[in-house]
Amino acid sequence: MTQVKQKVFVANFEELRPRIGREIMVDGSKIAVFRLLDDRVKAIGGVCPHKQGPLAEGIVSGEYVYCPLHEYKVSLLDGKVQEPDDGCVATYETAIEDGKVYVLV
Amino acid sequence: MGREKLLLIGNGMAGVRTIEEILERDAAKYEITIIGEERYTNYNRIMLSNVLQKKMTVDEIITNPMQWYNDNGIKLVHHDPAVKLDTDRKQVTTASGACIEYDKCIIATGSRSFILPVEGAQLEGVLGFRTIDDTVQMIEQAKHYKRAAVIGGGLLGLEAAKGLLDQGMDVTVVHLEKWLMETQLNEPAGNLLKQDLEKQGIKFLMEKRTTRLRGTTRVEAVEFSDGSVLEADLVIMSVGIRPVTGLAKEAGLKVERGIVVDDFMAASARDVYAVGECAQHNNTIYGLVAPLYEQGKVLADVLTDRPTEGYKGSTVSTSLKVSGCDLFSAGIIHERDAIKGIEAFNGLTNSYKKLFIQNNQIVGIVLYGDTSEENRYYKMLRDKLDISALNPVTLLASAAGEASSSVADWDDADTVCGCNGVTKGTIVNAIHTQQLTSVAEVTRCTKAGNSCGKCKSTIGELLTHVLGDKVTKAPTGICGCTDLSRDEIVLQIHEQGLKTSKEVFQALNFRNAEGCSKCRPAINFYLNVTFPQEHQDEKESRFVNERMHGNIQKDGRFSVIPRMRGGQTTPQQLLKIAQVAEKYNVPLVKVTGSQRIGLYGVKKEDLPQIWEELDMTSASAYAKAVRSVKTCVGASFCRFGTQDSMGLGIKLEERYEYIDTPHKFKMGVSACPRSCVESGVKDFGVIGVENGFQIYIGGNGGTEVKEAQLLTTVATEQEVIDLCGAMLQYYRKTGNYAERTAPWIERLGFEHVKSVLLDPEQSKALLAELDEAVAGKRNDPWTEVRNNENREQELYTVGRV
Repeated sequence: MTQVKQKVFVANFEELRPRIGREIMVDGSKIAVFRLLDDRVKAIGGVCPHKQGPLAEGIVSGEYVYCPLHEYKVSLLDGKVQEPDDGCVATYETAIEDGKVYVLV
Repeated sequence: MGREKLLLIGNGMAGVRTIEEILERDAAKYEITIIGEERYTNYNRIMLSNVLQKKMTVDEIITNPMQWYNDNGIKLVHHDPAVKLDTDRKQVTTASGACIEYDKCIIATGSRSFILPVEGAQLEGVLGFRTIDDTVQMIEQAKHYKRAAVIGGGLLGLEAAKGLLDQGMDVTVVHLEKWLMETQLNEPAGNLLKQDLEKQGIKFLMEKRTTRLRGTTRVEAVEFSDGSVLEADLVIMSVGIRPVTGLAKEAGLKVERGIVVDDFMAASARDVYAVGECAQHNNTIYGLVAPLYEQGKVLADVLTDRPTEGYKGSTVSTSLKVSGCDLFSAGIIHERDAIKGIEAFNGLTNSYKKLFIQNNQIVGIVLYGDTSEENRYYKMLRDKLDISALNPVTLLASAAGEASSSVADWDDADTVCGCNGVTKGTIVNAIHTQQLTSVAEVTRCTKAGNSCGKCKSTIGELLTHVLGDKVTKAPTGICGCTDLSRDEIVLQIHEQGLKTSKEVFQALNFRNAEGCSKCRPAINFYLNVTFPQEHQDEKESRFVNERMHGNIQKDGRFSVIPRMRGGQTTPQQLLKIAQVAEKYNVPLVKVTGSQRIGLYGVKKEDLPQIWEELDMTSASAYAKAVRSVKTCVGASFCRFGTQDSMGLGIKLEERYEYIDTPHKFKMGVSACPRSCVESGVKDFGVIGVENGFQIYIGGNGGTEVKEAQLLTTVATEQEVIDLCGAMLQYYRKTGNYAERTAPWIERLGFEHVKSVLLDPEQSKALLAELDEAVAGKRNDPWTEVRNNENREQELYTVGRV
């Protein structure tokens, strides 16, 4: 069975500042979207599995974000929390079309 | 039998290094006395240009504090030059009349700036650039005078020129020759250097012979042999140095240009030796630090009866400490008969290299713009490598990408620290045998990195290479990304002129190319303090609180705490706060720990609108910055109050609000010793007394309770305010990011901080520096968001689907 994904508009690409996250709410759940320094755009679940910190507000370094509450380091590629902590968040595909950034949910 | 008496005349780098070498070999052999002319204990003279260029303070360049002399049982005859040496009676007399006997005597009197013997050279405002006193005087004069002429475009002259430029002066360098640094550079490299320095704002007059300095009491202008004139109210003479040999000459020692010594550093009288810039070995006088240290080692061997081959002379290499002008020079750098050069110029990067070759060996090197290969070439030169197999193109081609550029592949004999002649092998050995895990420890044990400091990143690389992951445990690294301490990083930011965190991470080989949540805000802060005008604050490197201007709560919502200077508010403000709290369903309204009112649990997207409706400014209650000032009601209402504590608190807040500090900076002003605002546990606490104000610093009421210490008592509010500014700037300059003032003061020593803040000169300079650094930056961030400056409001957007 295949599930059709919904394309959700996040922001114009130019509005996203490199390494500063943007949070969107889709059907009540938070998604954190990041424009990396190399202009790739990544999206992961917006809530840290540790104490529900808002990942969109974290410091972004390379392909990781650090949760602002207790510095859990979360991969923006596979959503995994890095050692010595553990846990993971969802990841979402992103698309950029005509300068507009979308998340596929 | 008593120990032999060893007397060192000259308390400078070469002499004291020799003593250190002797102590290392045999600490018990001698009873040591050092005679010093200057007011300071031994300091790193090379770093004077960094002091002038505002990269370091005088305190930071002292290499041997008084403690060192005490710890090693060395008697220091301070600020009292030797005036007579009697080699028959074996005694030395000082200016104050003290007579000191010796068994062995080392002369290390160094050299002085050569002052051109022209008319007017004695005028006020004509200085050399050689000592701390010279430097302090230059900094002082730069405040009052505008136009500086630096006579001499050599190494020291250019560093002085850059320093005076950084001190805000209009600077012209006057040079006799056709191009700059003619003894170290050839014409093309000298011209590139001139272009780069011109871009930085230094002016040049080339091929000018100074004939006279004009002026009545103070210098007003410099006259040249071609009749032209340059107006100047400060003249720095940096045409060269002359060895100080008067004492030796009068004592009958053999003196030519310098004190003549043999391979074992012995002068012509029995038991008298000379090292350093005053010594002439094999017709050569060295003015750079590496040869002087080599001489010191030889002499230490001699004086502790160790076998030595003696001193054989040195090949010298030079680099310039001016940001943005990387150059390296070594060996013979002019073509003649058998010496031919090959060169390459890269117009894209404005870099130039030339190698001088004789009999298939490199005998000289000039690199400008890109000095990354200095080690590769220097190695070929030193090892007299036969290069006949290499054609000029391969020789000049960059080795970048080849393994040889990594320190891991260097030979053990390769030099890591040029100043101190420390090889890779020595460092690796020390890392293993003494279990070293940080650059600072390597420096302490091997001396590598303690002079110009340029090699510290290489040492860091070497540590990682040897220890792998273990090195991350080194306590000095500021985070897992680096082994460098805060001081080392800040020094390199200055040294290499690193202007963005990206450059810092790259140049200092951070393990994560973009840093981590610990070092990113720290580096951003250090850059802001180091280059207040040039560094663009990096919002993406700020912790969320400082990026969003509110304190993030455990559920991701924020707090809003408006500014009420001194804890004073008005009915109008209270009404507004009440209205906003009601309208936005703010879950909690609370009086904060520092006498403000906080709205807690505000949604991010509501922040700009709430700030708009409050029409108040931010109290910075979330930032590593100057926080609000707590006050008691004071003399205007309290029957015990002696001073207007509210008034002073408001003034302090107004004067220093929105200034970033390494960690939060809390203040309190009480009007009497009952200290209702608990001034005794504040970073800066004031207690009003009958005759003025007591100032307490370094207190902390949280995490680790620390009682503040009494700094001083002053008479006026203005003195309180000025001292506060001086302390803020000193804390900003020397504090580790996220270090409160209590551990900061503990680390630096209360007496030291006190001596800096209570020295009128230093205090004044710090305050001026603070004002300059924060000019135009103390803006209310809420207002900036409300006005949507730099599209700030985008940051508060949350998409909803």
